[in-house]
Amino acid sequence: MIDILNILLSESFWAASLRIASPLIFGVLGALLCERAGVLNLGIEGIFVAGAMAGWMAVWLGAGLWGGVFFAMLAGAALGLIHGILTVPLGLSQHVSGLGVTLFATSLSYFVYRTSLPAVSSPPRIEPFRALDIPILSDLPFVGPVLFQQTALTWLALLLVAVIWYVMNRTPLGSALRAVGDNPDSVDAQGLSVYALRIGAVVAGSSLMALGGAFLTMSAFDAFFFGMVNGRGWICIALVIFASWQPGKALLGAMLFGAFDALQVRLQTEVGALVPGQIFLMAPYLLSILALVIAARRADYPRALLTPWFKGQR
Amino acid sequence: MGKVLALKGLSKRFGSVQANEAIDLDLNKGEVLALLGENGSGKTTLMNMLFGHYLPDTGSIDVADRQGSLQPLTLGHPQISLTKGIGMVHQHFTLAENLNALDNIVLGTEPLISFKRNTGSALKKLEKIMHETGLFAPLDVSVGKLSVGERQRIEILKALYRDVRILVLDEPTAVLTPQEADDLFDNINTMAKSGLSVIFISHKLREVLSFSQRIVVLRQGKKVGELVTNKTNESEIAHLMVGGGVKSAERETCTPGKAVLQLNQVSITGRSKRDSLFDQSLEARAHEILGIAGVSGNGQAALASLIAGLEVPENGSILIDSSEIEKPTPKKMIGAGVGRIPEDRHHEGIIGTMNLADNLIIEKLDDQEIQNFGILKRSKIKTNAAHLCKSYDVRGPGVDAEARLFSGGNIQKMILARVFEQNPKLILANQPTRGLDMGASAEVRRRLLDARKNGAAILLISEDLDEVLALSDRILVMHDGNLIPAETRDRAQIGLLMAGTAA
Ligand SMILES: Nc1ncnc2c1ncn2[C@@H]1O[C@H](COP(=O)(O)OP(=O)(O)O)[C@@H](O)[C@H]1O
Ligand SMILES: [Mg+2]
Repeated sequence: MIDILNILLSESFWAASLRIASPLIFGVLGALLCERAGVLNLGIEGIFVAGAMAGWMAVWLGAGLWGGVFFAMLAGAALGLIHGILTVPLGLSQHVSGLGVTLFATSLSYFVYRTSLPAVSSPPRIEPFRALDIPILSDLPFVGPVLFQQTALTWLALLLVAVIWYVMNRTPLGSALRAVGDNPDSVDAQGLSVYALRIGAVVAGSSLMALGGAFLTMSAFDAFFFGMVNGRGWICIALVIFASWQPGKALLGAMLFGAFDALQVRLQTEVGALVPGQIFLMAPYLLSILALVIAARRADYPRALLTPWFKGQR
Repeated sequence: MGKVLALKGLSKRFGSVQANEAIDLDLNKGEVLALLGENGSGKTTLMNMLFGHYLPDTGSIDVADRQGSLQPLTLGHPQISLTKGIGMVHQHFTLAENLNALDNIVLGTEPLISFKRNTGSALKKLEKIMHETGLFAPLDVSVGKLSVGERQRIEILKALYRDVRILVLDEPTAVLTPQEADDLFDNINTMAKSGLSVIFISHKLREVLSFSQRIVVLRQGKKVGELVTNKTNESEIAHLMVGGGVKSAERETCTPGKAVLQLNQVSITGRSKRDSLFDQSLEARAHEILGIAGVSGNGQAALASLIAGLEVPENGSILIDSSEIEKPTPKKMIGAGVGRIPEDRHHEGIIGTMNLADNLIIEKLDDQEIQNFGILKRSKIKTNAAHLCKSYDVRGPGVDAEARLFSGGNIQKMILARVFEQNPKLILANQPTRGLDMGASAEVRRRLLDARKNGAAILLISEDLDEVLALSDRILVMHDGNLIPAETRDRAQIGLLMAGTAA
């Protein structure tokens, strides 16, 4: 017990939680945007891979770190456009199209990586985002290391939570997005384009998802390797339900998962001799399923989620 | 009086259905025009072309601009129709339930990309409109939490907020109580006096005669008549609507027999008050039609699924012929002699992808007549189906065709055939004529009255008050999960009970 308490009180634990949460924050916000507009985007797992690959490769080819961010988002947007066109005006199954995008994006990323680097045995490294060192703030006790020694991308993730909240709840665009995910007819009857809103939301959401992937290769690590996304996209799909499609709760959910994961690593070193390590690896997922079971029963789904809408039909 | 709108030769075809055929229609400033026709006659299609939701196959539309001169309208774009001063309140609500009324109303009236919403000035404008028109609705509550009456008013405010000069209302009273409907028309007349031109769609003769100045009648996609309201009468219009006389069913006097169905203090707790029953009792007797009036969504669904055996009551008992049915299931109820005509005939009444003949036997699969040791007697089923189609006048692509390919009226006749062939002791008729045209409705009512004569007890659930009044021996009004006996047959009194406002 004392051990757990010690862990929970340590700065490194919280700093790690936030670091682990960062890619998830991007991912949940992206999934939230898509689903609020009524489109489930199961392409997320593949878009993470594509973002991780595109961002890393752009930096490796000399585009600079922010150039990498740009190309990652571009890759996400392109994949989002595919999913958007397939599911919105064409009205195909959102599940099938999303899984297709995941398979396609993952394989394409590996293919591009392999064909451009056929001979390497260990993945080439880039110079990733460094922890920001803010004078005074970074030296504060506790909050300093936790908050003010993170990379710019973590800051961007936190900033985006506020931005997305503001857009969704305080601007006309946000009203229209929430409306199109609840009842597309309400938007159509007011002369707005259901297709444009939905495709736009999917494209924007997908570029955020790609940013989540880019965080992995450009901030958490410094290279791209196969299997590195490791189900983070799927976790985001669960977290968005946990978050009831609200940005604030999305941050909370991502932090909760980050904390489970960070705790798991630390407990493993403390009591690893007694319990098999796989139990610890499983713990965050088990706990998020548990959290989901509790939250999802009250979940207030966007009413038009998964339902295609066609212009000029009843 | 200047002309504000001219529809010229509008036609629209959906697959094999000619929904509109060369329709001309004019509208004057400050006029209230009723567009009348049976279900499926093309009223909604015509107005959706005006609003830009559908693109006409042929024809054109002229609309007056602010100065009053007629200009051609670009077709097929709601956005353009809206800017030309045309507003439409659709047959089904087009509101986002997760937004409040204010956000629904201003949606699309301001640029999407901006840092904030203009709530202040929008509120001020709406307050003014609400005072001028008498249409009040709470603006800051999620629409999902509001009643249908409030939603209907929000739909109209939505149109008025855009300064429309032509307002189209598609069956605006379908979900309102009689009082709410009358209030609505009073408001519309006030607005028309101040220059608004209104087209309202209806298939209810009563409201068309009381509240319009001119009537245009559609039948099977064609305009069949144009009448001045105070120079016509009910039978002339009805004649135009159906293209011939419709015999209304004769109701003979019957002496009620013994109780067939008894509900004692039954309760069902649904998701909300609106789909619950609270400690309700009722009795339906042989040779009797018991009418359940009320705006739909007041517990009728709970009552119907209870009697259909789809739901087990939490407390209380159900008795049929004085013997209690414990833990009711559909099978037990059918076995006890209950015939069920469900509300949603397409989803609950038939299995759409199965053929008509199989749908006809689906409630008696273990009957020796149609099967031997689990093997169906195909030819017998088929001849039986052909016979039933003939006696119940089911028309369509044939007994081997999938049931979903039949029209709503014919599906209903097929369900009637299935139910009445079993000589049920109790018939649950839930919205039996909803969406049917006059001819088919009259047929359904005639069959129900026949069953009554032959000794069945009938529970008629209907939101059409005129139907309940015409058929029932006794009337109960349903409101918020409670059944209240109607002491009178006075529309206004029953209307008050429906609204839950009677003393
Ligand atoms: N979008 C559509 N697709 C196919 N058929 C339609 C469509 N809209 C209307 N119809 C058909 O056109 C006919 C007229 O329908 P509608 O205009 O809704 O009638 P009303 O409003 O008078 O009840 C009906 O037969 C209906 O089934
Ligand atoms: Mg209609």
